[in-house]
Amino acid sequence: MARIATLARIKLPEAEWEPLANELARILTWMEQLNEVDTSGIAPMTSVAAARLPMREDRVTEGGGREEILANAPRTARGFFVVPKVVE
Amino acid sequence: MSDPSLLALTLAEARDGLARKSFSARELTAAYNDAVSEIEPLNAYITPTPERALEMAGAADRRLAKGNALPLDGIPIAVKDLYCTKGVLTTAASHILDRFCPPYESTVTEKLWHSGAVMLGKTNLDEFAMGSSSTTSFYGPVESPWRRPGDNRPLVPGGSSGGSAAAVAARAAVAATGTDTGGSIRQPASYCGIVGLKPTYGRCSRWGVVAFASSLDHPGPMTRTVRDAAIMLHAMAGHDPRDSTSAPLPVPDFEAALTGDIRGLRVGIPKEYRAEGMSAEIEAIWQQGANWLQGAGADPVEISLPMTKYALPTYYIIAPAEASSNLARYDGVRFGLRVEGDSLDEMYELTRAAGFGPEVRRRILVGTYVLSAGYYDDYYLKAQRVRSLIARDFAAAFERVDCILAPTAPSAAFAIGENSDDPIAMYLNDVFTVPSSLAGLPAISVPAGLSRDGLPVGLQIIGRAFDEETVLRIAYVLESAAQFRQVPSFVAGDRR
Repeated sequence: MARIATLARIKLPEAEWEPLANELARILTWMEQLNEVDTSGIAPMTSVAAARLPMREDRVTEGGGREEILANAPRTARGFFVVPKVVE
Repeated sequence: MSDPSLLALTLAEARDGLARKSFSARELTAAYNDAVSEIEPLNAYITPTPERALEMAGAADRRLAKGNALPLDGIPIAVKDLYCTKGVLTTAASHILDRFCPPYESTVTEKLWHSGAVMLGKTNLDEFAMGSSSTTSFYGPVESPWRRPGDNRPLVPGGSSGGSAAAVAARAAVAATGTDTGGSIRQPASYCGIVGLKPTYGRCSRWGVVAFASSLDHPGPMTRTVRDAAIMLHAMAGHDPRDSTSAPLPVPDFEAALTGDIRGLRVGIPKEYRAEGMSAEIEAIWQQGANWLQGAGADPVEISLPMTKYALPTYYIIAPAEASSNLARYDGVRFGLRVEGDSLDEMYELTRAAGFGPEVRRRILVGTYVLSAGYYDDYYLKAQRVRSLIARDFAAAFERVDCILAPTAPSAAFAIGENSDDPIAMYLNDVFTVPSSLAGLPAISVPAGLSRDGLPVGLQIIGRAFDEETVLRIAYVLESAAQFRQVPSFVAGDRR
């Protein structure tokens, strides 16, 4: 549970690990009924749309909206997003 | 004082009244702005936009006066708060999107405004559209305008597009946009006694719609009639180069498909749907629906969709997997909520713990698990293989039939708080809507009757990919036969 929470970057209080783990275990057990289905030789379906993605010309269509993009940020400085220090 | 009689009009009637100049767009919008305030106790809207609505209505009136009216000029609609609207708070009903005002407009809403529609506001939903009850919103649950006769307990409107459904049913929007990932348009439409259409995947652009599960998210209309759904879909649909899965196909005149003639069409009745815990009353309404279509000259045929029972577990692997990946973007850096921490990782973890509600958190954790090393093949790839088989079931059925008739949901609406402690019980609401979501097929819910409790029950027509015309044609006949005229116990402008 702790590993999954770390992978998902969600801080879980330790008291919640066990109840959540039980709940997830129930959901996963319910999902395991898929093992009854023989899927040998069946390709996984990744999309219902056309399998090949369309290509477009590689040119700039928009941009230069720094003010607009930063407008929703919780913290900015001098035209940048601000995050806690990541290098020592 | 605005005129409440305007609130009873369908979209088609309002459009015709505006064209005849029986009333102005500003009069119609003023009546709806009042209605939006009046239904506040239902919590259907998160953000009403009355001033913007009146401005848009004024512009529509000027075009109407000049004789160059647009197809939806002056029609007041509600927008599910999952669609990004430029400069208007967009929340996805989540704490983590606090104060987010998009600098862009979603393709679908932009198309609606370019057709002349008027925005009344943004409607409430389950957080990130994850739910079947509209009770998981950070902004509080939505109440249905319906009550069981003699029972005053508030009921859920269904979900996740519950605010849109409640607003349309309670006459506080002529129509609304919804999104459907596993049934989120059709099930609330069924619970609230309105029409909900999930188009084919790729028919309406997903660009600017907050992503839940990208291979399953379908924008679509919620309306009072099938004709209104055809009109709305026409305005919302069309190819969009900004969504790589948007279909480069022309948009047909959906309203022209409502001929009333379904003679000779073959209607599939999937036998497996009977086994999936269906109550006798739902089965009776389903049978009645088949009889109505038969009476109109269609030909009911029993079909088999053998993979039906595996659709729910397949969906509840694929949708959380895609969600866990899509929702990784909420990190407290670029928009929305931020909880400070000593390191970058701690800031992420604290922000996401505070910002996501329990159901969203649960799905992110399930999705993270099924995508993690060692489990990816057993869960995620397995589910994608079963998804292929589910799509194959439908393809085989559509070699024999022109559409499929099924119930929309296994029951009528439940009370707020019921089912909430058991996620799997809640997931079972989606049993009849999820298979066609996985296959990306068009499906519509039409009000067909009342349950023993006096609550609306919808029936679903599922069609071939990109054949919304046949779906609408049959739905129109079903609607005419059902003659569903019941009104919820709480509607705006009611002077009874």
